[in-house]
Amino acid sequence: MSELEHKLQLATRLAGKGKVSRRDFIQLAIAAGFTAAAGNAMFVKAVRAEPKKGGSARFGLAHGATTDTLDPVGYPDTFTQCAFWGALSNSLTEIDAKGNVVPDLAESFEPSDGAKKWVFKLRKGLTFHDGKTVTADDVVNSFRHHMGPDSKSAAKSLLEPITDIKSDGPENVVFMLKDGSADFPYLVSDYHIPIMPTKDGKSDWQSGVRTGPFTLDKFEPGVSAKLKRNPNYHKSNQPYLDEVEFIAITDVAARTNALTTGDVDWIGRADLKTLDLLKRNPDVEILELSGYGHYVLPMNTTMAPFDNNDVRTAIKYAIDREEIQKKIFLDHATVGNDNPIAKAVKYSVDPEPKYTYDPDKAKFHLKKAGYETLKVDLSVADAAFAGAIDAGVLIKETAAKCGIDVNVIREAEDAYWDNVWLKKPWCASYWSGRPTVDWTMTITYAAGAAWNETFWNNKRFNELMLQGRAELDEAKRAAIYAEMQQLVHDDGGVIVLVFNNFVTANSKKLAHGDVAPNWENDGLKIAERWWLA
Amino acid sequence: MHPLLRTVLQRLGLGLITLFVVSLIIFSAIEFLPGDFAKAILGQAATPETVEAFQKEIGLDKPPVERYLNWIGGILQGDFGSSFSSRVGFRRTVLDIIAPRLWNTLFLAGITALVAVPLALGLGLMAALYRNSFFDRAINAATLTTISFPEFFVAYILMLFLAVQLRWFPSLSNVSADMPFFERLERSALPVLTLTLVIVAHMMRMTRAAIIGLLASPYIEMARLKGVSPGQVILRHALPNAWAPIANVVAFNLAYLVVGAVVVEVVFVYPGIGQAMVDAVRSRDIPVVQACALIFAVTYILLNLLADIISIATNPRLLHPR
Repeated sequence: MSELEHKLQLATRLAGKGKVSRRDFIQLAIAAGFTAAAGNAMFVKAVRAEPKKGGSARFGLAHGATTDTLDPVGYPDTFTQCAFWGALSNSLTEIDAKGNVVPDLAESFEPSDGAKKWVFKLRKGLTFHDGKTVTADDVVNSFRHHMGPDSKSAAKSLLEPITDIKSDGPENVVFMLKDGSADFPYLVSDYHIPIMPTKDGKSDWQSGVRTGPFTLDKFEPGVSAKLKRNPNYHKSNQPYLDEVEFIAITDVAARTNALTTGDVDWIGRADLKTLDLLKRNPDVEILELSGYGHYVLPMNTTMAPFDNNDVRTAIKYAIDREEIQKKIFLDHATVGNDNPIAKAVKYSVDPEPKYTYDPDKAKFHLKKAGYETLKVDLSVADAAFAGAIDAGVLIKETAAKCGIDVNVIREAEDAYWDNVWLKKPWCASYWSGRPTVDWTMTITYAAGAAWNETFWNNKRFNELMLQGRAELDEAKRAAIYAEMQQLVHDDGGVIVLVFNNFVTANSKKLAHGDVAPNWENDGLKIAERWWLA
Repeated sequence: MHPLLRTVLQRLGLGLITLFVVSLIIFSAIEFLPGDFAKAILGQAATPETVEAFQKEIGLDKPPVERYLNWIGGILQGDFGSSFSSRVGFRRTVLDIIAPRLWNTLFLAGITALVAVPLALGLGLMAALYRNSFFDRAINAATLTTISFPEFFVAYILMLFLAVQLRWFPSLSNVSADMPFFERLERSALPVLTLTLVIVAHMMRMTRAAIIGLLASPYIEMARLKGVSPGQVILRHALPNAWAPIANVVAFNLAYLVVGAVVVEVVFVYPGIGQAMVDAVRSRDIPVVQACALIFAVTYILLNLLADIISIATNPRLLHPR
C-alpha cells in the first residue's frame, strides 16, 4: 500500500468522526489518483458510515389503527411494535443483527438445573423514564401481566413453560421452567414483554413510562406517535436521534408519495409493484432483507389423502416455487424448501433433496402411494398472505401436469382464522417466524401444540425436541436441530412456499449499520439503531 | 304559532322518528357482521379461553335486546359507550375516539364548503348569464370532467403534480389538534382541492339549470322589458326563486363531505371520521362503528332539514299556504 493510500484510509476513518473537512479529503483523494467526484462520493460514504447524534426522523409505517393502545398484551402490528416496544421500551434481552441473543435490561443470565432454572441479573442503576429505579419486582409484574387464567395476552402461550417467577433481591429475577430450555433468553426478548413500572402491585402500562431509548411525547391512536430522546438511557451511545415520529400511513401509494415528497424519511412495506420506479430516485435507498417470516400451505397429516407421506411428497414436487416466487412475489422473496427455519437463524440447515418442480418425481411418489390421479381441495384467502389466491391458481396449473387435480377454493377473508385455518385439510397460512429452532418447532410442529397446523406427530421429532431444549453443548444441539429440520422437510405436512422479504425504503438522509432480520424494521428497533447521515 | 316555526318543529319530529328507525337498522345490521371482535383482535393468538374472557369483559355475552336498550339509553344521556379496545381499569370511550376525528372532518368539510359553495354558485350564475357561450361550455366541460373521474384518481393526479413535482403542498395531511391554524390549512389544502373538484359540478349545474329554467318566465321578461340589466335580472329576480333546488343540492353535497370523504381521507392520510369508521369495521370495534353510522345519519337528516327550511323560507307560497 502506498503512503497516499494509507493516508486516505486514515482520512476515511477520521471523516467518519467528523475530523476531516470535505475539501481536505477530496484533495487527498485526488493526490491518490481518484477524480474529484469519486473523492466526494468516498467522503459522503465515510461520513454516513459513522453514527452521529442529533436530529429528528419521521417513519411512515404500514399499520396503525384507532384501537391501538399502550398495553403490550396487544401490539398487533408494526405500529405498536416499533413505537411502543422498539422505541419506548426494552425487554430483558434483545437480538442483534447476527441473530444472537444479547443482554438488554439484564446484564447477564445464567442457567442451572439442566436449564430449568434461569437467573437474570439486572443492570446497575437502571431507571424508568420518571427516574424510578428498575427492580426485580417490576420485571416479575411485567411478566405476570401476560400470565394467569384471566389473561388475554397474545404472549400467554409463549410464557406457558414458566411455572414460577420470583425476585431474589432487587437485581435478580429467577424463572422456573417446566422443562429445560436452553433458548429461554431468546424468548424473553419478545416484543410483548417490555419491562414496565409497578403501581399498586400491578404493571402500569397506561402511563407509557418505560425504560426505552425514547420517552412518549404524544400518541394519537391510528394517526401518529411522537417520542423524545431519553437522556438517561442505559446504552451510552444509542439512540442517535433526538426526536422520532411514527406516522400511520396504511395506503401504500400515500406512503410512497410521503417518502418522495419528504414528508417522511422512511417507509415500511414499500410497494413491490412500483419498486423499480422508486429505485430510480437518487435520494432513496431501498433495503431488502430476507427475514424469518414465511408463507406456508399446511396439510393436515391426519386426514386422507395427506396422511400418506408419499402423497405429501408428490405434492411438494408438484409445485413450481420458482415461478410463484417470480410471478406472485415479484422476486421479493426467497424460495422455501419445506424447512420453516430461515437461513439467518442459528443452527439452520438446508435439507436435501431440494424440492423443485419435478413432474416425474411427483408421479413416482403418487404411484407409490397407490394413486394414478388425485383430487384435492386447497383452501385459500388473501387473509393468509397477500397473493395466496394467485399462488393457488399457479399450483393448480403445475400440479395438473403431475396428475394432481387441485381444486382451489377461495375462502372468505373474514373469519379465515376461525373457519378455515386448522379446520380445512389443506389451506394457506403464514408465520412471522421465531428467532430459534426450538421456538418455531415448539409452537408449530410439536405434537399437541395449539398451532400445530399440520397435526403432525412424529415420535423421533418430539424426542429430539426435548433433548435439544435442555442440551447446552453447541455441537450436539446443532446435530439434533439438523435432524429435526430434515424430519420436517422429509416427513412433515408443511409446504414452505417462500420466505418473504422485508422491503423498506428510506431517504438517504438516514443511515444505519447492519440491519437485524429477526423482525421487520431493523428488529423493530429502527428508532434506536438508525441515525441521520 | 308562526307557520315557519311549526314546519321546523314538524320536520324535527319526523327527523327523530327517522333517527330511531336508523338506530334500529344500524344495530341489527351490525349483529349480522361476520367475524368477532375478540378473534379479530387476538388473531392467531385466539384460544377459546382468551376469547371468552374478552367477550365477558366487553359485555358481548348479553342478549341483543338488552344491549340495544343499554346502547340507546346511553346515547340519550350523551354516552356513546366504551370502545372494545378498553381494558380493565382503562376505559376508552367512543367519544374519546370519535370527537377529535369528527372535529377534523367538520374542519375539512367546512373549509371545502367555504371554497366550493361560493365557487359553484358563482360559476353557475356566470354560466347562466353567458349561457351557450364559450365560457359556459368550457366551465361545463371542466366540471363534468372532474366529477367523472373517481375521487381517488383526482386525488392522485393532484398529488403527483402539486405535491410530488411542484412541491407546493405536502402530500401527507396528518393534521393534529395542536397544529397552528395556517399550518393546518396548508396540510388540508390538497384534500380540500380534491373534494372541491368532486362536488362543484353538481352544485354549479343545478344553479345554472334552476336559473335558466326561470329565465323563460313572464316576470323575467317583464323585468328585462323595463330595462333591468341582465346581471340584475339574474341576481334580483331569478335567484330568489331558484334557492329551493340549489339549497337541496348544496345540502346533499355538504352531507357527502362529512360522510363520503373516506377515500380522500385514506389517500391523504387525513385523520377524519371516515378512516376511524373503516378502522373500527376492520377490527370489529362495534360501538365505534355504531356511533359513526349514527353521526352520519344525523348529518344527513339535519342538512336535509336545513335545506327544507331554506326552501320554505324563501318561497312565499310555501310560507303562507292558503
